Amino acid sequence: MAKANLMDYEKALELFEVVIGLEVHVELNTKTKMFCGCRNDFGDEPNTNVCPVCIGLPGSLPVVNRKAVESSIAIGLAIGCKIEANGGFSRKNYFYPDLAKNYQTSQFKDPIAYDGQLEVEVPSGNKFTVQIERAHMEEDAGKLTHIGGATGRIQGAEYSLVDYNRAGVPLVEIVTRPILGAGSEAPELAAAYVRSIREIVKALNVSEARMERGNVRCDANVSLRPKGQEKLGTRTETKNVNSLRSIERAVRYEIQRQAQILADGGSIIQETRHWHEDKGSTSSGRPKSDADDYRYFPEPDLVPVQPSIELIEKLRSELPENPAAKRKRLAGEWGFAEMEFRDVVNAGLMDFIEEAVAEGAKPQAARKWYSGEIARIANSEDKDVSEMNITPAQVAELARLVESGKINDRIAREVLSAVLAGEGNPDEIVTSRNLEVVSDDGALIAAIDEALAKQPDVLEKIREGKLQAAGAVIGAVMQAMKGQADAARVRELVLERANRA
Amino acid sequence: MSELIKKTAAELVALMAKGEVSSVEVTQAHIDQINKVGDAVHSFLFTSADSALATAKEVDRRRAAGEKLPTLAGLPIAVKDNLATTDAPTTAGSKILEGWISPYDATVVTKLRNELMPILGKTNLDEFAMGSSTEFSAYGPSKNPWDLTRIPGGSGGGSSSVVASFQAPLAIGSDTGGSIRFPGAVTGTVGTKPTYGAVSRYGLIALASSLDQIGPVARNVLDAAYLQDVIAGHDPYDSTSLTQSLGSMVEAAKSGSVKGKKFGLIKQLAGEGFQQGVKNRFAEAIQLITEAGGEIVEVDCPSFDYAIDAYYLILPAEASSNLAKFDSVRFGMRVTPEGNPTIEKVMAATRELGFGPEVKRRIILGTYALSAGSFDKFYGAALKVRTLIQRDFDNAFSKADILISPTAPTTAFKFGEKVADPLAMYLNDIATIPANLAGIPGMSIPIGLADEDNLPVGIQFLAPNYQDAKLYEVGAALEGILEGIWGKRMIDFAPNLEVK
Ligand SMILES: [Zn+2]
Repeated sequence: MAKANLMDYEKALELFEVVIGLEVHVELNTKTKMFCGCRNDFGDEPNTNVCPVCIGLPGSLPVVNRKAVESSIAIGLAIGCKIEANGGFSRKNYFYPDLAKNYQTSQFKDPIAYDGQLEVEVPSGNKFTVQIERAHMEEDAGKLTHIGGATGRIQGAEYSLVDYNRAGVPLVEIVTRPILGAGSEAPELAAAYVRSIREIVKALNVSEARMERGNVRCDANVSLRPKGQEKLGTRTETKNVNSLRSIERAVRYEIQRQAQILADGGSIIQETRHWHEDKGSTSSGRPKSDADDYRYFPEPDLVPVQPSIELIEKLRSELPENPAAKRKRLAGEWGFAEMEFRDVVNAGLMDFIEEAVAEGAKPQAARKWYSGEIARIANSEDKDVSEMNITPAQVAELARLVESGKINDRIAREVLSAVLAGEGNPDEIVTSRNLEVVSDDGALIAAIDEALAKQPDVLEKIREGKLQAAGAVIGAVMQAMKGQADAARVRELVLERANRA
Repeated sequence: MSELIKKTAAELVALMAKGEVSSVEVTQAHIDQINKVGDAVHSFLFTSADSALATAKEVDRRRAAGEKLPTLAGLPIAVKDNLATTDAPTTAGSKILEGWISPYDATVVTKLRNELMPILGKTNLDEFAMGSSTEFSAYGPSKNPWDLTRIPGGSGGGSSSVVASFQAPLAIGSDTGGSIRFPGAVTGTVGTKPTYGAVSRYGLIALASSLDQIGPVARNVLDAAYLQDVIAGHDPYDSTSLTQSLGSMVEAAKSGSVKGKKFGLIKQLAGEGFQQGVKNRFAEAIQLITEAGGEIVEVDCPSFDYAIDAYYLILPAEASSNLAKFDSVRFGMRVTPEGNPTIEKVMAATRELGFGPEVKRRIILGTYALSAGSFDKFYGAALKVRTLIQRDFDNAFSKADILISPTAPTTAFKFGEKVADPLAMYLNDIATIPANLAGIPGMSIPIGLADEDNLPVGIQFLAPNYQDAKLYEVGAALEGILEGIWGKRMIDFAPNLEVK
């Protein structure tokens, strides 16, 4: 694969206007699949959560999962959509071995939700309103594993295995209208939009919403048009970009790649492209044209989906706080500096901090732990904070231990490592490792006496106003106590002694 | 021939209830008949005498123990081979499913099992129920017991010939455009297509999902009513199945009357292009209905002229999609071509070898009708015709309680006569198709023999949606009048099958 020439990003934006379009697939967390009673859990042994319906045996018929419809309506309402009163399913016909029936039962003409909008803020603080065309329900396909090839891809594979546990898992696909006017922030906007969707479905509790597990997947359409041109350019669709960072990178890459091709007088091929996380580039996939013919027609095995006004209004009344509004509220409640709060949001730490605060932590303390030590360790292990083995309750406990003076910061970091290593809750670790700071003044005074005996001139220096002289004694005491002392208290005691004498 | 097999289902049930005959005796008598005429008529693709007898024994044991049993307990039955069964292969008349055993039972089969009816076997059909003669069965055609050189109707020619030749008192059929009613007409038997959704389709190998409906096949109206009452009812596994009860068909049949009812004679199906003998018997039936106090009115259904065209777009469109799952990946036949083929080539080779000509014809037709450039022109237009036909029926039923026509334009034709001419074959269903397009219930009952060929002629009754009971009322009434005139049942005119 030849490496594509990339135009300098700034230059690309001088010459072209960027248009993006985003399709986000959200996997619902219903107990059962979209059209059958099988468990919605595809991490199990392959082909164990299957039945005649989801493996498409002759004679089997689908039945719509009511909960999936309700979850889809909730998503639609949360992104400002209208809800279709008389919708239904269609068949999208194409042959592929991961597709049990060789058609996907999806929505075509009358999606459950349509005409919505979502306000999205990018890291610079700029806000964009993204128009949402539709959100429709569909079923996922099975999972193919290609065996025998060097790349794990279908090319060169000797054979392939299909796991239908995922076949029939309920999905909601949210499709934006073309997004114009984001300029150089188009990549950031793409990522921020997907983050917003992720936050919303998480807040709604309709999806596990974990991108690394594919619960939320994004296809990013990118096209360029010369500045001043009315007609939209030819677009590419980069498939299955599975992290926020990758979305941003993939969009940026496509802008630079397409700009160079267009500037060289070439033309963009309408196609799907694959994002390669390792190389930071996209490669050509399947050519895709508007002539792709899925022979959609209304699914005759299902009856229309006609949610009642009562149901819609009930779901509307149960909507959780909009995540953006919630951010505004929390920013006020927590009292962080503006930059601090933005960093927290951008790092995806808000929910963790919120939970830790709910568990009793002071907001600043929770922020300090999450954006400090925990983020640092996560980063060094190339993980997301969500993947770290610590709960907000544990963070809150850690913060409480420090606040009460039971442990100091240094020990708290040791306790954190132990929590992450799975040794238990912070207070258990403090006890089992015997880490509690010595708060018994008697033991400290004894240690101070011992230190002063070795450095008799210190008290005199302090009395002369050279307070820093206390440092030597404090250091000696801390050493003697193996760090398990509250340095501030030791300092207090030393100064007290000097003033008394 | 054993006298037992000549009895109606209702008579056999009564005899068993009284203890005058056992289920094992009844079942064995039918197995004996299958052994005697089965090869000649070729109704069954699979027979399950052992399991049928086991069920019969169980029924006899429970009856002897004084248990309360379901109405049709112990009465043997045959099942069309497009219904999934766990204890017998299900082929849908296709090579692509040869030997396939379903891991689940169709809902209707479960209902038969719950009713404790011994299942004698699986009956022949045109491949995936595409045909009017069983000539498109991959396993060879069934024969018409009235004349073994003629077709028993299709697609359910297996089920119709089974009851017509006394191999079973009852059978299950499926009707997408006439596959129960047309075979009924040409074999002198009774067949009902219930209201769409009255009987669960779960486990019925779909031909065209929006048209398919399972129904009873019998030798008289009351027997059909008994069977419909057993198989009807809401099924949570079929979203399109009706939630309301349509009442008791048995009671409707028993209270049968035509008096005071208005019968709509459909102008478009009154006889143009119909065989003279068919027209004669139909005219006599009208006369008898009038004499019995029924009123005849003419109704106009102008959109019926386009029914076949619409049907042969909607059906293939749905079928092309329904049959896509037959791809060798998860079940059924797999053909692996030489030279390390891709899955695409395996799928193509399997479908090339596994499907017969009529199936391929309809898949191609349906794929074309749904494709982007022709969707509006074909599939979309067909849906509009469908709506117009439903409107025609609404109109007609505002003037009449029941609509009537001959069930088919001709009596049973000879093998080979129409098999090479799809359009001629499609015309057999001209009178039956509109009911499927509208979802309404229809029934065919025999009204005598055509003068030209001494072969059975059927009349079709159509009723508004959910009013299946009306069919049984008028069907039983006319049947009673005719049997009164003949002094015997229609099937008693059939020649004795002298085989072996
Ligand atoms: Zn399933």
